[in-house]
Amino acid sequence: MTDPGALSHLEETDPRTLSHLEEAVPLLQMSAITKRFPGVLANDGVDFDVAAGEVHALFGENGAGKSTLMRVLYGLYRPDEGKIAINGKATEISSPAAAIRQGIGMIHQHFMLVNTLTVVENIALGLKSSRGPLTDLRRVAKRVRELADSHGLKVSTDALVWQLSVGERQRVEILKALYRDANILVLDEPTAVLTPNEVDDLFRVLRQLAAAGRGLVFISHKVNEVLELSDRITVLRAGRRVGTLSREAASRESLVEMMVGHDISAEIRQAPAAGGDKRLVLAGLTVRGDRGQEAVRGVDLTVESGEIVGIAGVSGNGQRELAEAIAGIRAPEGGSALIDGKEVLGAPPDRVRAAGLAYVPEERMRDGIVPDFSVAENLMLVESGRPPFSHLGFLRARTIRRHCQKLVEEFAVKTPSLDTPARNLSGGNIQKLIMARELSGRPRVLLVAQPTRGIDVGAATYIHKRLVEQRDAGTAVLIISEDLDEVMSLSDRILVMFEGRVIGTADPRTSTREAVGLLMAGVVPS
Amino acid sequence: MAHFFTYAVLTSTVAAAIALSSSFLFAALGETMGQRSGVINLGVDGIMLLSAFATYFTALKTGDLLYAVLAGAGVGLVMGFVTAFISVTLKAEQGISGIGVYLFGLGLSDLLFLRLVGTPLPISQLSPIGIPLLDRIPAVGAMFFRQTILVYLAFLLVPVFTFVLNRTTYGLKIRAAGENPSAADTVGISVARIRWSTVLIGCTMAGLAGAALLLYDGIFMENLTQSEGFIAVALVYFGAWRPLGVMGGSVLYGLAIAVVLSWKSLGIIPLSASDLAATAPAVITVLTLLLVARRFRQPAVLGKPYERGD
Repeated sequence: MTDPGALSHLEETDPRTLSHLEEAVPLLQMSAITKRFPGVLANDGVDFDVAAGEVHALFGENGAGKSTLMRVLYGLYRPDEGKIAINGKATEISSPAAAIRQGIGMIHQHFMLVNTLTVVENIALGLKSSRGPLTDLRRVAKRVRELADSHGLKVSTDALVWQLSVGERQRVEILKALYRDANILVLDEPTAVLTPNEVDDLFRVLRQLAAAGRGLVFISHKVNEVLELSDRITVLRAGRRVGTLSREAASRESLVEMMVGHDISAEIRQAPAAGGDKRLVLAGLTVRGDRGQEAVRGVDLTVESGEIVGIAGVSGNGQRELAEAIAGIRAPEGGSALIDGKEVLGAPPDRVRAAGLAYVPEERMRDGIVPDFSVAENLMLVESGRPPFSHLGFLRARTIRRHCQKLVEEFAVKTPSLDTPARNLSGGNIQKLIMARELSGRPRVLLVAQPTRGIDVGAATYIHKRLVEQRDAGTAVLIISEDLDEVMSLSDRILVMFEGRVIGTADPRTSTREAVGLLMAGVVPS
Repeated sequence: MAHFFTYAVLTSTVAAAIALSSSFLFAALGETMGQRSGVINLGVDGIMLLSAFATYFTALKTGDLLYAVLAGAGVGLVMGFVTAFISVTLKAEQGISGIGVYLFGLGLSDLLFLRLVGTPLPISQLSPIGIPLLDRIPAVGAMFFRQTILVYLAFLLVPVFTFVLNRTTYGLKIRAAGENPSAADTVGISVARIRWSTVLIGCTMAGLAGAALLLYDGIFMENLTQSEGFIAVALVYFGAWRPLGVMGGSVLYGLAIAVVLSWKSLGIIPLSASDLAATAPAVITVLTLLLVARRFRQPAVLGKPYERGD
């Protein structure tokens, strides 16, 4: 904490909230919750409470212990120490079933829906039926429609879940909790997969639910959203509660500072792009998705040396297929992709790499590293077959270790040793490892999908800096990200993908978030 | 060939096909329940062998076929406890543990047979029961309505299982456990309990399959099933995890066997080619499987043990 004065108000809650709390027992009171995992103290004596009628945000970086605390509340984890009281009554929550009985509802970050079942079946799942062993779907459907109408949650009850959009699925999750009479509603990163407009709708619903007397817990690491929605904000860092602020007492700066524990300047604005030769040129690129659908439908784009082009869009609009086709790991349907004027579309990945592409994939655990390989082995995945790292098919251990040691230091990868399995690193360090590997080959074109998804602010800032460095060194950088703030702050040009097409472009210096958000939702200004 | 297309041969061939398909149907219906909940059981054939022996031995000692069938089903249930413990509680790799159960059943059934019986003596078989009125329908009656009680039971279980899967809260839980066990877990369903129950049902059905097969043949021998249990697992895929589809596959398979048997006895297939012809049902199944099965998706977590994680 830089300013000692800032500390003093942290532990105090807003006086208005305080008086409110005095007259009513909080809906939920979690006291001194401690949860240990092997080698990790995920929650360290955390206090947290929720009053009826408020939205209480749990704010912190990934790994700060927010989800763990709520999993304890929902009976998915047993706390090692601490107490939970609901409506002033001490309770033990040993399973999700017990949590549901206590009126706790949870909207998980990854939706807990069965894709092959209908909306009603998902909601009825696990409930007692009025018809004994037989399902009473018609009765459930009727009540679901009533609930949906009274809360402004539009869903079609008979649709199969896989047919629904992400926003609709979330509404089903909320209805599922409401149907179970949830009085305390926990939302784990509910905005992560939504378009800006869907976020607005969600917030409207959440405010209404709180106004009706429920207590809401809003888990997020996005400071703007936390400030927009919450009445109170509790900040967690490294498993500890840093403090609880009322919204009036909180500011963007104070929250971020509490979250990361030191002052970080998020400013990474750079000089305008220099412009240069056309490094990557896509024309009419068409790619099919896993289910055979046309995922990418004729995308044209050019990335010049010394610029960052950002592709914005809600995930699932063809971005993954686009990246994989460029990288040579997904067969394209048609079109062309030139790197330095050389056709690489449909070529195997090693040929695309030889042409100058470096690729940081979106699924880093699946496509970016071999989790059980050591840090050194992962760093050498691409180059191990080339001199000076191997000779006549034999690996040259000393050269490799020296090289890896250098990379680890250069990219600040925090690892106990070069021999540690990569799976043991944090998400941010895994991403740094991948960046180190990909950049060590001095690429002509750098393609990065979801550069900082799910990693902490410190590592994210670092990665952003490296990306801008690459740009300034003359690399053509193409970023695909569903994090609008990231795209806005890094890119020199923004393209928005929707349903497989580039439906619009934006200049980050002149466009507003809202304008790009509308494009992400498929709304093209006429 | 002309001999085949006579009334008597055709009706008896179809009747035999229906009877033959019943053991496949029992085993495959049971396997369907397990697979819909996410558990694949490759030990079916071994369980069928043990149950067939139990059925045979009980019939031999007591002469009572009801006890014999109950013994077969009971052995299936006991093997269900073993299978569920290994697959659900211990979360073992299901492909490997299933082969283990199969080899156990194959070996133990033969060992018990040699030690306890030695010389194969025939037992009395189930006698066909005619369904009043229906069995008098020309052709149809002879084909479908003069079967044994076990055959009727097997086909009766098709609508029962369809109903349970689609119309009951239990069925909903089974489907959820096989598609997204975390979702089931978070609404308070014990995935382990659901899977235990479907495995117990499935193995009991495998036991009934063994009993049905034994009582059709009337005698026990080493490897009596000749891998019927594995065919039953394939038929679940063939039937796209739906009882009705599984029934279609079982009947098709029974028909293929019955036709081959009939052609052999009529001399349509020469003796020299009879071994080759015996592979026809398997070939037909594999080909059909290739053609139809790709259109349907299997339960999303088939064969994967459930672990509450993050």
